[in-house]
Amino acid sequence: MTAMQPSPPVTTAPAIQVQGVIKRFGATTAIQDATLELTIHDRLSIVGPSGCGKSTLLGIISGLDDPDAGVVSVLGESTSQGRLKKCAWMPQRDLLLPWRDVLGNAAISLENRGVRAKVARQQVADLAGRFGLAGFEDRYPYQLSGGMRQRVSFLRTLSAGKEVLLLDEPFGALDSITRADLQLWLRGALDEEPRTTILVTHDVEEALLLGNKVVVMSARPGRIQATFEVSLPEGMSRRDLIRLPEFGDLRDQILGLLEAS
Amino acid sequence: MTQTTSATVVAPDMLPTRRSGSSLIMRKVKRSLPSLGIVAVVAAFWEVASHWFGVPAYILPSLEAIGSKIVTRWSDTLASATWVTGKEVMGGYVLAVVVALVIALLLHLSESLRNAVYPLLIGSQAVPIVVIAPVLAIMFGYTITPKLIVVAFICFFSMVVNSLDGLSAVDPQYLRLMRTLDGSRWSTLRRVQIPAALPSMFTGMRISAVYAPVGAVFGEYAGSQDGLGYVMIQATPLMATDMVFAAIVILTIGAVALFLLVNVLERIMCPWARQSRVA
Repeated sequence: MTAMQPSPPVTTAPAIQVQGVIKRFGATTAIQDATLELTIHDRLSIVGPSGCGKSTLLGIISGLDDPDAGVVSVLGESTSQGRLKKCAWMPQRDLLLPWRDVLGNAAISLENRGVRAKVARQQVADLAGRFGLAGFEDRYPYQLSGGMRQRVSFLRTLSAGKEVLLLDEPFGALDSITRADLQLWLRGALDEEPRTTILVTHDVEEALLLGNKVVVMSARPGRIQATFEVSLPEGMSRRDLIRLPEFGDLRDQILGLLEAS
Repeated sequence: MTQTTSATVVAPDMLPTRRSGSSLIMRKVKRSLPSLGIVAVVAAFWEVASHWFGVPAYILPSLEAIGSKIVTRWSDTLASATWVTGKEVMGGYVLAVVVALVIALLLHLSESLRNAVYPLLIGSQAVPIVVIAPVLAIMFGYTITPKLIVVAFICFFSMVVNSLDGLSAVDPQYLRLMRTLDGSRWSTLRRVQIPAALPSMFTGMRISAVYAPVGAVFGEYAGSQDGLGYVMIQATPLMATDMVFAAIVILTIGAVALFLLVNVLERIMCPWARQSRVA
């Protein structure tokens, strides 16, 4: 209805296609021959040990960086400028601007596109209310808890109005209780505002809870080891989901792979 | 009374935690006690030296001589001198702020300009301003212009350097983030880099604030008809040392006042800076 809504996908072609991507930093190979394919509204989780190149891969998909070899295409855009137009990126640190309040931070992409500040605030106010920030609209970042700040950061990512969300360890810096809370919250938020999502994490449970596909990467050189399909019943609590036998099965398989590498 | 005053200076919810018991003003007073103590000790030595050790008044006038000079000569001389010098200081300082911000932005935006101009800026600070001031007085006469130039010349450098540092010190992650949020170079500069650099700009402005009155006095020494520097030139050959010190006291108070004014301005413009920094 508003600027928040990304334009509907026009083709049935894969939303994101990564083919034979290689990335080197000097003599070290960060990513070796990565290949991925996502259809519209897929939710992919990438797990791997630190230093496996998962954040680097995300940076390449977003268009912030270019691969040394291989092809990356996001909704038909294969140049980095084109990909930047399709992807919103949520970093691990919230990177909120301390001189802007909650709505001001969330609305910044609208202002960047020329929407006047006042109008931009009104446009994100509705989303803020729906995503647990009601009553906090004019607080400043230093007045918010870590969990709240990540919500604002996600809201900013969402209100960029892009079809693809790239979440780079969004809850990595939070304590485990807040993290569990936000995982459920993000699951709900993505059900309500479906997007093609790639989540990078080193937390296997988080990967399973938030993705319908999980890719496991190995370290040095970063390589895609295995892909798992995840289909968990909807509307269950986090605790019940974790207790499901198929959940435990997948978790053990993935942990086994991670330990072996 | 003090409670209400402090409440208007800083909104209560701006403070991360409210410290009960002592008000803001009481804390300020407590913090400045040590420096007031040092002033008191120096003043005591001064008094002992001038009264009991027979140091002649034209070398070390007593404090009450200086004080009474300020009072008795305020209306006929010092008030207008303070006004003249004050105008030079404020005018030159504001000129420096404007010039420094423009230079800093230009140098930030263009690397080749930075490479070309930055060494010259550093070189400019080696120019002996005491020697240049008379030349300016020849060029512009006994007007306010040469004083403004001298003050601005002394003040702008630390403003440029600090502003430039602040602009380029922004965490690159913010710049990457802005690229994914449709941020053009201009919107990133305006919405991220300039606000992030404000605290550094204010650091430069604070440093300069203290030098500004010195610049005005240099300018007046080179040629003037009024001002605190002019008062000093007149008083020195007459060995009216108390008058010289009276002018120095007023200049010192002015410098501290300008410094505090910049602090207040920073509080108003970036209240967030004491909680979190981006650069």
